[in-house]
Amino acid sequence: MEMPTPNQTVMAKRDKVVARLQEILPKGAVISDPAETRAYECDALTAYKCPPLCAVLPASTEEVAAILRVCHAEGVPVVPRGSGTSLAGGALPTEDCVILGVARMNAVLETDYANRFVRVQTGRTNLSVTGAVEEDGFFYAPDPSSQLACAIAGNIAMNSGGAHCLKYGVTTNNLLGVTMVLIDGTVVELGGAYLDAGGLDLLGVVCGSEGQLGVVTEATLRILRKPEGAKPVLMGFASNEVAGACVSDIIKAGVLPVAIEFMDRPCIRACEAFAGAGYPDCEALLIVEVEGAAEEIAEQLAVILEIARRHDPVELREAADADEAARIWLGRKSAFGAMGQINDYICLDGTIPVSKLPQVLRGIGELSAKYGLQVANVFHAGDGNMHPLILFDANLAGDLEKAEEMGAEILTLCVEVGGCLTGEHGVGIEKRDLMSKQFAPADLEAQMAVKDVFDPAWLLNPAKVFPLAASETRRMAAQ
Amino acid sequence: MMRPQSEEDLAGALAEATAPLRVRGGGTRDVGRPVVGDLLETGGLTGIELHEPGALTLVVRAGTPLSEVEAALDAHGQRLAFEPMDHRVLLGTGGAPTIGGVVAANVSGPRRIAVGACRDFLLGVRFVDGSGTIVKNGGRVMKNVTGYDLVKLMAGSWGCLGVLTEVSLKVLARPATEATLVATGKDAAAGVAALSAALTSPFDVTGAAHLAVEEGRSETRVRIEGMPGSVAYRIDALRAGPCAGWDVVRDDESAVLWTEVRDVAPLAARSGAVWRISVKPSDGPVLTAALAAQGIGEAALYDWGGGLVWLLVAEDGDAGAAAIRAQVAALGGHATLVRAAPATRAALPVFQPQSNGVAALDRAIRAKFDPRGILNPGLMD
Repeated sequence: MEMPTPNQTVMAKRDKVVARLQEILPKGAVISDPAETRAYECDALTAYKCPPLCAVLPASTEEVAAILRVCHAEGVPVVPRGSGTSLAGGALPTEDCVILGVARMNAVLETDYANRFVRVQTGRTNLSVTGAVEEDGFFYAPDPSSQLACAIAGNIAMNSGGAHCLKYGVTTNNLLGVTMVLIDGTVVELGGAYLDAGGLDLLGVVCGSEGQLGVVTEATLRILRKPEGAKPVLMGFASNEVAGACVSDIIKAGVLPVAIEFMDRPCIRACEAFAGAGYPDCEALLIVEVEGAAEEIAEQLAVILEIARRHDPVELREAADADEAARIWLGRKSAFGAMGQINDYICLDGTIPVSKLPQVLRGIGELSAKYGLQVANVFHAGDGNMHPLILFDANLAGDLEKAEEMGAEILTLCVEVGGCLTGEHGVGIEKRDLMSKQFAPADLEAQMAVKDVFDPAWLLNPAKVFPLAASETRRMAAQ
Repeated sequence: MMRPQSEEDLAGALAEATAPLRVRGGGTRDVGRPVVGDLLETGGLTGIELHEPGALTLVVRAGTPLSEVEAALDAHGQRLAFEPMDHRVLLGTGGAPTIGGVVAANVSGPRRIAVGACRDFLLGVRFVDGSGTIVKNGGRVMKNVTGYDLVKLMAGSWGCLGVLTEVSLKVLARPATEATLVATGKDAAAGVAALSAALTSPFDVTGAAHLAVEEGRSETRVRIEGMPGSVAYRIDALRAGPCAGWDVVRDDESAVLWTEVRDVAPLAARSGAVWRISVKPSDGPVLTAALAAQGIGEAALYDWGGGLVWLLVAEDGDAGAAAIRAQVAALGGHATLVRAAPATRAALPVFQPQSNGVAALDRAIRAKFDPRGILNPGLMD
């Protein structure tokens, strides 16, 4: 993975930058000892590592503004960091950057049930937002797999999704407002505890901008009342095609499950060996979950099961109680762990039109044979967001590169059938150089023009999202 | 007048344009400060490119009449779930709305509170910017975080950043049935409190409105949609809880009630200016009470559980602008003067004035996408 040459002028004044940051921040908020900055050298894309110039851990919007003013004045790049769970390298440092971690900013600032929102500092973890309101019967809907650890800041930066977004949407659909600090230290409020924008929808473009437009320090999030109940059903099919057709028919019928998860045979076998969830040994498996009161669940399941039966399922299992429901989800939820136990893997995140599912799965099978690397497929089938896991051996020279090359071919296939490179993980460094597969130069130019507005000197997370060649002129001009 | 027949024609026309342009779809949404410029109509860019019911996806050229889109979806039992308002009713305009106009104005209706706004259903756009460059963003799939989300930026940009040529939308199935719970005689505070209780129940309310359009009379409405058994269950549950004693109206009769709310029909025939104000739901009645104390506000329709206030005011002086904007600034939110004579709209900021920091970003973005300032100049100022 190519990264830009560190700015030598910045590298040369490291001690001055550290000293200025120490002046404006409380003791302990600046981390500059190389042994300690190593904790920030990578995120969850662990194949790439680079220690930063230093790391800062502010405790308030004011401290964030002070830090950015210093970095702006000194021309130092800043890489914002939530919890460092990005699978795309969104928080990967460069040698000449200050890592700005929001982990100390984790308070709930306001809870308003009547108006159905909470306002939090963005270092708070996704799951603990729900944790703050669930005793009163509410929840925060976006549920990325890393929700125990990932921060709201990162969720906003990447516009994170989750298994239940078929019904509830992704982060952008559940974000009402933010407090954001611009690179020059200006604090702006976008949106609030009310709906939609009064002018241009800047909140909409900030969400998913991968920390390149500003540092979001506080967020107003929509919370929802928990449904009365939920129930998953497990369906096994003899082929991926049939499972795909079943998904399409369920959606067409007008029932909108909260989740439709798909696993293929390699994934089913690995999960079964790992978790012993009692999955049938078949080609494709669906987990379909519906919500509501008992009689509402029964009404929806009657329609769904009738559709499933038309596709000759090899297994159809309705959870009779909470234990069985947990067992149905057990295998799916341990998919990544199961894979991690047998191999190193790269997790892809392309989205495709649901109708192209069989075609893409066939294509992935062919690529798997061509590269001699195994692939297990697990994904959110209702919205076409695929997570092919390419298995490789990190100790085998050249295997990672081979896996990455194959990943690029799979993502190119996703784009060719009308889909996109990333559905919920973000571009980061991982898919940066594939952006030209999906976008024409003018499309990228329009996006970079937005960055020019928010961050004219390209100091915020500068080497991400856009192909290095496409952003080079801008990054160089800034230096 | 320009009426390009293709995206390429439009790009050529914009590249060569030397004077301001007034961008128009069906011309039904005469909102914003009046624009002086040559007319540019999108009506030549029509046609549904793709409708895939099993993927809940629709790709359509921007100038396509909304009625055509709705008919195509209806044939497969689907609809635009965000329930776009028909501005002709309130504004007394003619013409036929286009899908591009719906998107450009981010038009949503009562169901916005449950399922999201037009912008939440917008999956992708193609547009031509003020320099004549063709740009695409987003796509046709439901989950997409590839690059910046200019899709949201284009929704509600009122043609000031570019002229839309194609939009991709997520569509949803039309539920089998609907019913509305109705109560009368509540004051605004009690009405909005009841709506809040319904919206914080687990019963998936998809409409929550309070109408206070005639002196001494009011109506509070809560909508439920879905499969028949589920609707029956939830209606019973609500009547056993926050909506005890409310009447039930079903199916077509229920639908009529929500078309009325969607189009702000009860205020349409009344003379005066109409404001559209978005605030925190519980602030809706607080805002109108504070304004009433200053003699401002003749009738109000509260949608979105109280968070969207349509306020009828006398159209004299500044049409209540100073007082309304002061209240909104204190409470948090935004106010748009949707209906007023062109002279009134020319004399006022029609859209909510932004804080300095946000206004600077807003201006700079417009300058990037329309460097010569030829697309609907002044409309959003």
